Amino acid sequence: MGMLIERAFRRALHSTLAVVAVVSFSLGTTSAILAAPDDSPAASPAAARGSDADFGIPQVKFINEQIRAGWAAFNVSPSKEATDGEWCRRVYLDILGRIPSVVELDAFLKDRSADKKLQLVNRLLSDEHQEEYTRNWTAIWTNILIGRNGGMEENSLTNRDGMQKYLRDSIARNKTYDKMVHELIGATGDTAPGAANFNGATNFIAGKLEEEGSQATAKTAQIFLGLQIQCTQCHNHPFNDWKQNRYWELNAFFRQTRALRSFVSGTDDVRAVRLINEDFGGQGNPPNPEEADIYYELRNGLLKVAYPVFVDGKEISKSGYLEDVVRRNELADLVIQSEYMPKVMANRMWGHFLGYGFTKPVDDLGPHNAPSHPELLDYLGKEFARNSFDVKTLIRWIVLSEPYGLSSRGTSGNKADDPLLGEKPQFTHFYLRQMRAEELYASLLVATAADKAVGSYEEREKEMRDWMRQFVFAFGNDEGEETTTFNGTIPQALMMMNGDLIQKAVNCEKGSFLHSVAMNNNLAAGAKINYLFMAALGRKPTGSELSIANRLFAARGNDTAAALQDIWWAVLNSNEFILNH
Amino acid sequence: MSFYRTPSGMSRRHFMRHLAGSAALVGPAMALTNSFAQSAADLKRRGKSAILLWMGGGPATIDIWDLKPGAATGGEFKPIDTDVSGIQISEHMAETAKVMKHLSIVRSMSTREADHNRGRYYMHTGYVPNPNMEHPSYGSVLAHELIAQRENSLEIPPFVSVGGGSVGPGFLGMAWAPFVVGSNGDVRNLQMGIDSKRLEQRMATLKLIEGNFIRENRGLAATEHAKILGKTEALMTSKQMEAFKVNKEPPEVLERYGNSGFARGCLMARRLVETGVPFVEVDLGGWDTHNGNFNSLRNKLPELDKAMSGLVTDLVERGLYQDTAVIWMGEFGRTPRINGGAGRDHWARSWSVVVGGAGFTGGSVVGKTNSDGTDVDSEPYSAEDLMASVCQSVGISLETTFTSRSGRPMKIANGGKVIKELFT
Repeated sequence: MGMLIERAFRRALHSTLAVVAVVSFSLGTTSAILAAPDDSPAASPAAARGSDADFGIPQVKFINEQIRAGWAAFNVSPSKEATDGEWCRRVYLDILGRIPSVVELDAFLKDRSADKKLQLVNRLLSDEHQEEYTRNWTAIWTNILIGRNGGMEENSLTNRDGMQKYLRDSIARNKTYDKMVHELIGATGDTAPGAANFNGATNFIAGKLEEEGSQATAKTAQIFLGLQIQCTQCHNHPFNDWKQNRYWELNAFFRQTRALRSFVSGTDDVRAVRLINEDFGGQGNPPNPEEADIYYELRNGLLKVAYPVFVDGKEISKSGYLEDVVRRNELADLVIQSEYMPKVMANRMWGHFLGYGFTKPVDDLGPHNAPSHPELLDYLGKEFARNSFDVKTLIRWIVLSEPYGLSSRGTSGNKADDPLLGEKPQFTHFYLRQMRAEELYASLLVATAADKAVGSYEEREKEMRDWMRQFVFAFGNDEGEETTTFNGTIPQALMMMNGDLIQKAVNCEKGSFLHSVAMNNNLAAGAKINYLFMAALGRKPTGSELSIANRLFAARGNDTAAALQDIWWAVLNSNEFILNH
Repeated sequence: MSFYRTPSGMSRRHFMRHLAGSAALVGPAMALTNSFAQSAADLKRRGKSAILLWMGGGPATIDIWDLKPGAATGGEFKPIDTDVSGIQISEHMAETAKVMKHLSIVRSMSTREADHNRGRYYMHTGYVPNPNMEHPSYGSVLAHELIAQRENSLEIPPFVSVGGGSVGPGFLGMAWAPFVVGSNGDVRNLQMGIDSKRLEQRMATLKLIEGNFIRENRGLAATEHAKILGKTEALMTSKQMEAFKVNKEPPEVLERYGNSGFARGCLMARRLVETGVPFVEVDLGGWDTHNGNFNSLRNKLPELDKAMSGLVTDLVERGLYQDTAVIWMGEFGRTPRINGGAGRDHWARSWSVVVGGAGFTGGSVVGKTNSDGTDVDSEPYSAEDLMASVCQSVGISLETTFTSRSGRPMKIANGGKVIKELFT
C-alpha cells in the first residue's frame, strides 16, 4: 500500500518538474560561458504523462505490469526516468550500435510530440537506418554463432566473410528468426563467398564438426534452445536431471554431416570447404544404415547406443539414408517448433537491451537456473512466436518499456537491486555496461563525423577486424573458446588513451572533425566545448567541467585547436562515454 | 607511488594483522635512512611470489607425470629416471627430470569438472561456477594478499597473465584483474606523445568528468573505470615496464628457456617476479588432444620441458626460488583410455599437477593412481586443497576471509586443506 502511495507521489512530482525543466541545445549559441545544465528529469511529454505510458502496445503494457509487480514483491522502487539525452543515446547504441550524432540528438531533444520515443524507435528500425542496423546485428550474431575468433585463423574451416555475408543479407531483409535458425541448422553448400554453391549459413556448422560434431551439438543446444548440455557429453549433468544420453541423442542429428575441404595443390592450405549431408551407416560393425546407431561411453566404461531424439523426447526415423530422412532438416524443424527457441531469443534480446537477461547467462534456461521473471519470459517467448518471430517487433516492445527508459542513477529505494551482488535483477534502474568494442569503434566514427568518409562496407569491416585483433585471446582448446581484453582493464584504457583510433579522433589537421569544430567561426569557445560534450556524451558540460575546460584554453595559450584536443581526449576517455548509461 | 595496497576484500582483523606485521618490519629500516634502499631491496626479495604455468586444454598427465608402462592405457611413451631416485616421468621431459629435486608431483588430483570452461574456472578459483557469484582467480587472490605482505613500490599490475588464459578478479574488483600481454612482451599503446605537463592537465580534466559521473550514483562500473585509469597512468610512466622487455635478456639466457612463445613467457615471469610482481600466469595452450595425442605431445613436450626446466634453474640460481612458488596445471587430465583417433578425451577423476619453490619441499611424489590410471588409489585432492597448499607455501594465512559484494564471508581457497606431504 505504502508503495503505491509513494509511487503516485513520485509521479506527481515528476510532472511538476517536467514543466519547469527545459532541455534545449543550439549550435548557434554565441555565449562563451554557458550555464550549468539542469539535472532534473527529462522534460518530454512522455515523462509528463507518467512513467506508465505503454504507447498503446499490449506487450509493452504487460512488460510494465510484470516488472512493477517484481518491484512491489521485492520492496524496491524504480529510479526516475532517464533524461531524453540519455535515452536517445541508449537507443541508438543498442539498436544501431553507435551513439547519435549531434544533429540526431538535437532533433530528438527539440521534438515536442507526445510519442516521440515511438517515432524514433520506428525510424531506427526503418529502411532509413537499414545499413547501420544490419551492421550492428551482423556483428552481434557473428560473435554469437562463431565467436570473435571464428574464421580469424589460417586454415580455419569457418569463413568469417561468408558468415557475415549470410547474416547481412538475412538481417537487411529482416528475415524472421525461425527462418534464419532453420537455415543455420540445416545449411549445405560452400562456406566462402564466390564459390559455386555458396551458402554463408554453412559457416555456423562447418567449423564445429570435429570430435563427432560435439561443438555443433553443444552450440546448437546453447544458442537456439538455451540448454547447456556440453558437460553431459561425458557424464550426467551435475545440477539437474539431464542424462548423458540426451547429449548423444541430439548429437546423432549431426552424423550425416561432413565438411569436405579442398586444398591448394601441394600444400595443406584449405582452399574451400563444402558442408554436405551424406548417408550414414552408423558406428556399428558392420554398418547398418537402416538403423544408423552411434555409441558413447558411460563413466563406468559401459558402451551405450543412441539414435536421434530431440530434447523433448520426440524421436525421428533411425535410418541413416538421406532418401529416408535428412537428420539436420528434421532437427531444424524440431528446433523452430520448440518452445525453447523463442524463449531463449526473448531472453537474449532482453539481456541485450537491459544489460541482464532474466537468467544469467542468457543462453542457460536449464532447470537449475531459475529466471528472475518466469511469467514475463514465457509471455515474451510466446508473443514473439505469435508475431511471426519478427525481431524488430520484439525490439520495439523492449525499448519502449518502462524499465528500459529508467535512469541509471541508483537511489536509496533500489540499492538492493544490484545483480553484481548476486541478486536476480529487478530492473529498477538501467544497469551500466561497457560498450562492446564494435560499438566503440562505430561510435568514434560518428562522434568524429568520419562515418561518411570510410570506404565500402567490406573495407570498413576489414579495418575494424584488424583493430579488434589486439583484444582477442584464444583459450587454446579445441572448442575455440576465447576471451577479450576489451573488458575494462588496463590494455583497454591504454588503447583509449594512446591508441591509433583515439589519435585519429583527436587529430586536428585540416579536414579533420576537430579542425572543423575549431575553425567554425559561428561557434564561440563555450559553444565549441558544448558541442564536444554533446557529440560524445549527449549532454552539455556542467559548470565545473566548463571551468576546467576554460582553464585548458588558457593553458594552451588560447590555441583553440590544441585546447579542444585536450577536452575531446578527456571526454572520450571518461567512464560516461564508454559506459552505456 | 603506491596503487596496489587497498585491501578492499580483506576482513578488518586480517588487515590489522598485516598492518602490524609490516610496521614491525619497516620500523628499523626507517630509523637508518641511508640503509633504507638496501633494506627495501631485501624486503622486496623476501616478499613471496608465485608463477602459474597454465596448460590450457587439459594435458594428458598420464603421458607426462604418471606413466603406466605396460598397462593397456599406457600409451606410446616410456618413463625415465629423474635426479630423485624412485621418481620417473616421461621420456620427453628429460631436462625437467634433471631438476626434479626442486619439484613435487601430486598424482592424486581428483576433480569433477571435465568441461573446459567449468574446469578452468574451478581450477583457477577453487569454486565451481555459480551464475550469481564471480569468484576471484589465483592471481587476483594471491596478488591481493602478497602485495599486502611486502614493502610496496610496485607501479605495474600485480597480476600479469602472459597469453590471456586466466580467470578474472571476481568480487575483488577490476583493480585485481589480470594484465594480459602477449609472450613477446609488447605492451601496446604505451606512448602518448605529449609532454607530461599536458598529460597531467588532460588527466585532471578527465578525472573531473569521471568524478561527476560517479557522484551521480551510477554504480560499480563507473567507479571501477576510474580506478583503472589511475593504474594505467602509473604504469605509463613507470620504469618497471622494462620487466616486460624480455628480448633484452642476453642470448645465453634466452637459449636456456628455449625458443618459443611459452619460453619467452616463462622468462618474462622471472623478470616480473624480480621486479616485484607477486603473481604471473603463463599460458601454454594446445593440450586438447582428442586426436593424435601422442604425435601432438611429441611436439609439445620438448617446448614445455625446456622452458619449465629453464625457469626452475634460473630461479634457483638467482636465489629467487625459495620465495617463488611454481605451479603447473591445466583444467583437468585426459582419459586413460585411448580413443579410436589415438587421442585422449577429458578426464578429471585421476590426474596430476606439479608444484615447487617457495615453502614447498620438492623432490617428492604425493599420492598415486591405480595400475591403469583410471582411479586414485590414495587420498584424493581437489582444486581447493591445491590452492590452500599454494597459499601455505607463500605464507598466506588460510584463515584469511574475503567478503563478497553481497557481504558473504568467503574463506580463502574455499576452505581447502593443505596437502601436508608437499611440506615434509
